[in-house]
Amino acid sequence: MTAPALDLRAVARAYGGGRTLFGARPVVRAVDGVTLALPQGRTLGIVGESGSGKSTLGRLALGLETPDAGHVTAFGAPMPAPGTPAWRALRRRMQMVFQDPLGALDRRIPVADQVAEPLAIHGIGAPAERRARALDALAAVGLSAAQGGRYPHELSGGQRQRVVIARALITDPDVLVCDEPVSALDVSIQAQVVNLLIDLKAARGLAMVFISHDLRVVRQIADRVAVMYLGRIVEEGAAEAVLRDPRHPYTRALVSAAPAPGRHRRERVILSGEPPNPAARPAGCAFHPRCPVAVARCRSEAPALEPAPDGHATACHRVTPAAERAA
Amino acid sequence: MTVLPASRPVAAPRRATAPWFVRLAFGWVALVLLVALTADLIAPHPYTAMSLANRLVPPFQNLAHPLGTDELGRDVLSRLVVSVRISLLIAFGATVISAVIGTVLGFLAAHFRGWVEQAVLTLADFQAAMPFLILALSVLAFFGNALWLLVGLMGLYGWERYARVARGLAISATAQGYAAAVAQLGATPSRVYLRHILPNIASTLIVSMTLVFPEVILVESGLSFLGLGVQPPMTSLGNMVGYGRDYITRAPWIMLSPALVIVFTTLAVSVVGDWLRDRLDPTLG
Repeated sequence: MTAPALDLRAVARAYGGGRTLFGARPVVRAVDGVTLALPQGRTLGIVGESGSGKSTLGRLALGLETPDAGHVTAFGAPMPAPGTPAWRALRRRMQMVFQDPLGALDRRIPVADQVAEPLAIHGIGAPAERRARALDALAAVGLSAAQGGRYPHELSGGQRQRVVIARALITDPDVLVCDEPVSALDVSIQAQVVNLLIDLKAARGLAMVFISHDLRVVRQIADRVAVMYLGRIVEEGAAEAVLRDPRHPYTRALVSAAPAPGRHRRERVILSGEPPNPAARPAGCAFHPRCPVAVARCRSEAPALEPAPDGHATACHRVTPAAERAA
Repeated sequence: MTVLPASRPVAAPRRATAPWFVRLAFGWVALVLLVALTADLIAPHPYTAMSLANRLVPPFQNLAHPLGTDELGRDVLSRLVVSVRISLLIAFGATVISAVIGTVLGFLAAHFRGWVEQAVLTLADFQAAMPFLILALSVLAFFGNALWLLVGLMGLYGWERYARVARGLAISATAQGYAAAVAQLGATPSRVYLRHILPNIASTLIVSMTLVFPEVILVESGLSFLGLGVQPPMTSLGNMVGYGRDYITRAPWIMLSPALVIVFTTLAVSVVGDWLRDRLDPTLG
């Protein structure tokens, strides 16, 4: 069996801390003990609301940040420290697609030159060849050579995101981390970009981490889904299973909040209480203040992520494993 | 049926020619540079040649001295030509030196953060808090004033502005934008800073340079006026203004011609810099 493209073991990352002039700064545990594996050629969706640590997890997975605890393994080898030559060389195999394509592009350089830049950075090919490959990469995402000569501000949002995708794919990476790649786009353009990603994934055998708060998009693209709440994974399993049969109360609320066309409106789970504050993580299960089914145990004891026999794992005291349910 | 007015072109093509005042400013800067380069050839008299018989000749009265003469009978035009050379040397040299020092320190601060950043910022605060004239006076008083020392000293003028601007813009670019994206592609820091951040912040730096340039000319004038800048018999624009002040009522032309050159040159540099800033930015039509 080949090594997974990415393997995260109990990684944690906190921000803040230390002392300022006005007392101690609160420690924000953005990611708190997450274990995940991304097999080659598969897509993992990560969902959760703002502040749940999705983006930090993506940055840890790519090695853009070093975890405070735990290990990240890429292609069977430990992730090198950011900024080292080994890390830079590894960028060729791991790329990222950003939420804000205009911010991710240099507004003073025509987009074709930016798409060719990873080749120049990694010393691949002669300049003329790089140019040809950049135009090919643009063609693969549906952009013409004429559009390649334009500046980022002269393109539409969807075209810019295609440019970012073309730039990420020009070195033929094995892993692509997409951090909310479509949430800044119009709905009609979202579909185009998602379809493009699905096609590229199938054509190239890419392993993908797809971070989003949009369950519909994740269901379309992901093989497996991990649901995050306050830095921890509360539910993980096959995308269809998690989204059709959510077990954790938080996932249930998320799924019931997503509109589903053609289906009769099910009962909505409305969460009460405050949106989570990562700086003041509740004791026990972090979700208990908002949980409709919380019991006393939830306030004191944090549930572990328990896999059920069907590979669908949940971190909740109130979820009976399938085996017990059947009995 | 009403006739609709012809629709305006949606995106005006980028202006091929500059407005007339920008061309005028370019012309003036070119003229001043030409004068500075060919000062030895075009000066009608040696700038130190005295002619006591022709003291304080007003302009346009004597063909040999079209801009008149000063209190020692030296030709004002010749002195002006040589002054332009010296002042431009000091102003351009100092502006370039301070821009390079400031930008490099700003980038270092943005890249390394931590104590490097603290050290750079402390130096910048120190520079900003210390009246530059006092620094200049003390350096010149202790070390004498060779021309290169003056250029180097003036090169310390204003570097803290570039450093702050460069640091701030580099940090914001690295934190979320294009620079982070390029670094994530595996680019080395030198590539990120030189190929991406520097061109993007160049417009701001150029504007800073066009602001510092006139100030350098004025500070040099001030130092020369105090007798610590360019020393006689060498001359500069500020030096001419400083010594011409004594004759402002009897022979205002001694002071006025260098003063006008200072005004027009600083104005022209500002106009050119402003135009360049817009021109260098592809997002502005």
